[in-house]
Amino acid sequence: MLPLTLGERGPTVSAAPSHVTLNGPTDWGPLVNFGIDLVSMLLGGLAAGMVLFIVSVGLSVTMGLMGFVNLAHGGFAMLGGYVIVLLMRNWGIGFIPALALGFVIIAAVSIVFERLLYSRLYRAAELDQVLFTIGLVFFMIASVTLVIGPENQQLMLPSWLQGQLDLGILHYRTYSIFLIAVGTLIVLGLWLGFERTRMGAQIRAAVDNRRMAESLGINIDRLFMLTFAFGSGMAAIGGGLGAEFLGLNPQYPLIYLVYFLIVVSVGGLGRVTGVFFASLIIGVLDFALKKYLPQGGTLFIFALTILLLLWRPQGLFGGKTS
Amino acid sequence: MTMPAQRGNPGLTTAGLSDHPAALALVGRHRVRIWEPLPWILALAFYFAFPNHLGFGTELLVTILFALSLDLALGYAGIVTLGHAAFFGAGAYTVGMLAHHGIWSEPISGLMLAAGVAALIGLVSGLILLRTTGLTLLMLTLCTMALLEEAANMGEKYTGGFDGLPNLPIPPLFGMFEFNPLYPRVQYLYVLGVLFVCFLFIRMLVYSPFGQSLTGIRENVLRMHAVGAPVNWRLVTCYTISAAIAGIAGGLWAQANAYVNLSTLGLDRAATVLIILVLGGYGRLYGAFVGAVVYMALSHFLAKVYPTAWQLGLGLLLMLIALFARNGVLGLWDQITTRFRFKSAAKRGPP
Repeated sequence: MLPLTLGERGPTVSAAPSHVTLNGPTDWGPLVNFGIDLVSMLLGGLAAGMVLFIVSVGLSVTMGLMGFVNLAHGGFAMLGGYVIVLLMRNWGIGFIPALALGFVIIAAVSIVFERLLYSRLYRAAELDQVLFTIGLVFFMIASVTLVIGPENQQLMLPSWLQGQLDLGILHYRTYSIFLIAVGTLIVLGLWLGFERTRMGAQIRAAVDNRRMAESLGINIDRLFMLTFAFGSGMAAIGGGLGAEFLGLNPQYPLIYLVYFLIVVSVGGLGRVTGVFFASLIIGVLDFALKKYLPQGGTLFIFALTILLLLWRPQGLFGGKTS
Repeated sequence: MTMPAQRGNPGLTTAGLSDHPAALALVGRHRVRIWEPLPWILALAFYFAFPNHLGFGTELLVTILFALSLDLALGYAGIVTLGHAAFFGAGAYTVGMLAHHGIWSEPISGLMLAAGVAALIGLVSGLILLRTTGLTLLMLTLCTMALLEEAANMGEKYTGGFDGLPNLPIPPLFGMFEFNPLYPRVQYLYVLGVLFVCFLFIRMLVYSPFGQSLTGIRENVLRMHAVGAPVNWRLVTCYTISAAIAGIAGGLWAQANAYVNLSTLGLDRAATVLIILVLGGYGRLYGAFVGAVVYMALSHFLAKVYPTAWQLGLGLLLMLIALFARNGVLGLWDQITTRFRFKSAAKRGPP
């Protein structure tokens, strides 16, 4: 029922193939080859990390705002991935418009969930939140299996994203470069929104001290609803962007749950930049470990996470909040 | 826990504190209720009534024991963990690896070893983990379990890796009663016996002052600190005991099935036992029994025929429980009975 796939028993973040070819002669000696390896590993890891960031950023902010343990966040990423893939396949909508539509649809759906269900549990015990969101994950998985089927869905990339891109000294997968570019744009946009807009300031205030923010007249419920919808929409985009190499099947929310949670707890709750760096670290680390330590790479990530959380329970980039 | 009816004078005037209804409730709450032998009678009746379903029955009893161990940590001490299967798996692998490599296979002492190993893991991880709360604790328990699972997956030489260890040689119980995987009569009675002993221990524990202090920690940590209770040590002790009992459950599972594999360690098992406990009602002794019976019976009949519909229903059920019935089936029962009692009391009118 709950196949949490880790290690070699299933696809992990690093399943992205890294097709690298050199410009010119390939035999430049071991040092250069090592450098090329390093660059390709870095690029692959960054691309995976970007997807991880886009999916988990909403989770971090909503958890930071409300302290709500939302284990169903990956479910919205999965639903978004399905919406995007089906829009492209059945209606012939382009990749970028499909991503935008996926964002809007999942954000709207998540508002319904938030108002009807989540909002009843904000002040409930942690255990009830855990149970509710596990139940929601089961519900989503079963519904998708019933309606669409248990098989893996293939995302057809548009032709301009296929193939290799010339980066001067080496060729690299166009799609990975695209992911890195998109992720950078998104993190810049989010950072600006967080630091420069009124709403961003309200979110930061509420994450730091909810009671104080509330007594200053910030409407936390409305703020939470908006960030929840936005975060779920982002997760949908992440689900669509990552479908090509993470796979897309009904078990998605459970397979990657641990990764999303690790990223959020390492990055710190309610910290956009923290989650960004944590995602990149986990992405690159996972890539590197799969390459140099294929046996026990995942073990290493878990052990590292445990040690890190013991050293800094608030996460690597989290501030000291109560 | 049902409060006994008010007896004597409810004030402090006549006989001092010992006559106060709260004091009477405290003194009387550990007494055996008239219905308490019922689960055990039913379990024995099952043995005679369904001789062809004893494999299912054995699994059910093991699940009850596992859920009881979780109840101690989660229900009584309020430690929200997603990784309790780590201890179940530790116990199962202890029994499995010792038997497979021909080091030790006698059942009862094997269980003791399983309990010991699980308790050790619980003690070490508890000492570290239980200083944290909330999401960090959740993550750390989850990561610890994932770590063990990954270790069991990788240490193929010792653990059999993904395939696990099949055909464990388990010698007869007391040298007389042979374990037969096809007709698990001996297993059923053996597991029932172990469950009974463990249950008596847990029952004693939760009604002791120690158990009472755990409930206090669950309800209000700050106040327990203020009254001078050694909160962290109580939590670690409780976690260790809970781990040991989960280890016994895992060991029983391995002995009864004569194999051990990665399914004993995963999030699957941890989530299932959590669901079972919550379904029955946590923080009460018989929640684990009710939850396990309801869940296992439903999954036995539904999961194989309509797996997707089963998952859909399970998801809906979990959401409903979290939203409306936070104390599970037994909590609902309590609500209904108290309402009934109030009504009948109202009919009789004021005394």
